[in-house]
Amino acid sequence: MTRRYSALSLFKEGLAGQTGWKQAWRSPEPKPSYDAIIIGGGGHGLATAYYLAKNHNISRVAVVEKGWIGGGNTGRNTTVVRSNYYYPESVELYGLAHRLYEGLAKDLNYNVMLSQRGMVNLCHSTAEMEIGARTVNAMQINGIDAELFSPEDVRRVAPIYNFSPDARFPVFGGIWQGRAGTARHDAVAWGYARAASRLGVDIIQNCEITDFIIEGGRCRGVQTSRGAIRSERIGMAVAGHSSVLAAKAGFRLPINSYALQACVSEPVKPILDTVVLSPGCGVYVSQSDKGEIVIGGGLDRIPSYAQRGNLPTLETVIAGLLEMFPIFGQLKLMRQWAGIVDVVPDSSPIIGESPLPNLFLNCGWGTGGFKAIPAGGTLLANLLATGKHNDISRPFDLDRFATGRLIDEAAGSGIAH
Amino acid sequence: MQLFPCPFCGPRDETEFHYGGDAGNARPEGADVPIERWAGYLYLRSNPKGTAREIWVHMNCGEFFVMERDTVTHKVLSSTALGGEHAA
Repeated sequence: MTRRYSALSLFKEGLAGQTGWKQAWRSPEPKPSYDAIIIGGGGHGLATAYYLAKNHNISRVAVVEKGWIGGGNTGRNTTVVRSNYYYPESVELYGLAHRLYEGLAKDLNYNVMLSQRGMVNLCHSTAEMEIGARTVNAMQINGIDAELFSPEDVRRVAPIYNFSPDARFPVFGGIWQGRAGTARHDAVAWGYARAASRLGVDIIQNCEITDFIIEGGRCRGVQTSRGAIRSERIGMAVAGHSSVLAAKAGFRLPINSYALQACVSEPVKPILDTVVLSPGCGVYVSQSDKGEIVIGGGLDRIPSYAQRGNLPTLETVIAGLLEMFPIFGQLKLMRQWAGIVDVVPDSSPIIGESPLPNLFLNCGWGTGGFKAIPAGGTLLANLLATGKHNDISRPFDLDRFATGRLIDEAAGSGIAH
Repeated sequence: MQLFPCPFCGPRDETEFHYGGDAGNARPEGADVPIERWAGYLYLRSNPKGTAREIWVHMNCGEFFVMERDTVTHKVLSSTALGGEHAA
């Protein structure tokens, strides 16, 4: 019987014909009530359940997922992990996530394959270099590792970039974060699911929320396709579908849902060992451990709930990719897909109490939810356990849209999401 | 590539159009508008899954109009010029 993963268990199972491995997480029937309910079995929801049990000793928790674990945005992103933000509030948030990612494989006893291969944001003009220097300064002041790259530095980490004299987007330098990189996205979901389940959390898949139970002006539970589940503390981490659930709970959010698409090429030999982002080309790219070139770009042009990208945006992304790396012109695309992301006017997430008492929000991550999973989970767990903000989540409360204290990262760090 | 119907120019390539927000999101008037109402006007969105009434602009002719669209299937249900009754 092998529950814990180690070199020894791998060896033993090898001798035993791999017959002793246990199911990674249980699939129990929903109970009538829990200490906390988390809606959404993506990375943020599963992380919330794990940290509720681990940090706050609350393990009578249900994670309710309408599809299956890792079937939503957690399985649809481009796996980049980074914390190269501008405002101190954002740095606290994404810095926390980045630090937790660095210890996650050990913490969860699950190899999330974090690969800190570094990331460069390219600058294509003197003006962009000045903004780049400003961003690097801000990151360093906030205690995040950052370096201003010269064209030679960029050539060192990405020699296959189009450095020819007639390149449409010549390289003037870049913003480098050496601790950035990628992690295996499915492993993050599975690792949190397994670790949460071992601490007693019930993960309930194929269970859709049909309504909220509202009594005395407070949220007291949820109606689901598998019956009513009651709790006095409910957290919601459903990314692109936040507005749909908010409508059921009787309020609106400052969110528009858009499709964000990505694609991968056929696998090739190692050729790119860092993450490269070009704001000018509107593309970021890395090579997966399997050898596929993983390509991401901007949001689709129209608000959408369709989990497929539209063609004009894909065309823009591929055109940008070939400006950056003409050598990729021979590659065949293997897959293309899209996830639905919840885009907020100031490009920062919403973490805090909802207008319906007992219901807490973790949403609005836009295009950047994956890298933030450990922080989103920690902070929503803290809100559910204590009912209060801590210093990191406080600036991201919904009330910032009334008070005007927006954290505009699209303007600050030039990262559009 | 999808075709969107401009009420003035007829069916045109989707890349000629720009999304302009929820239809019926009227700007609050007066000096004593509470901040919650301002925040609602500026930031809150219905963001429906399914049929949505939206303001769009056809960038080639510059006209704004109301398009009813399914946000899941992307099927266009109606497209009408932005008259007085559509603005509300």
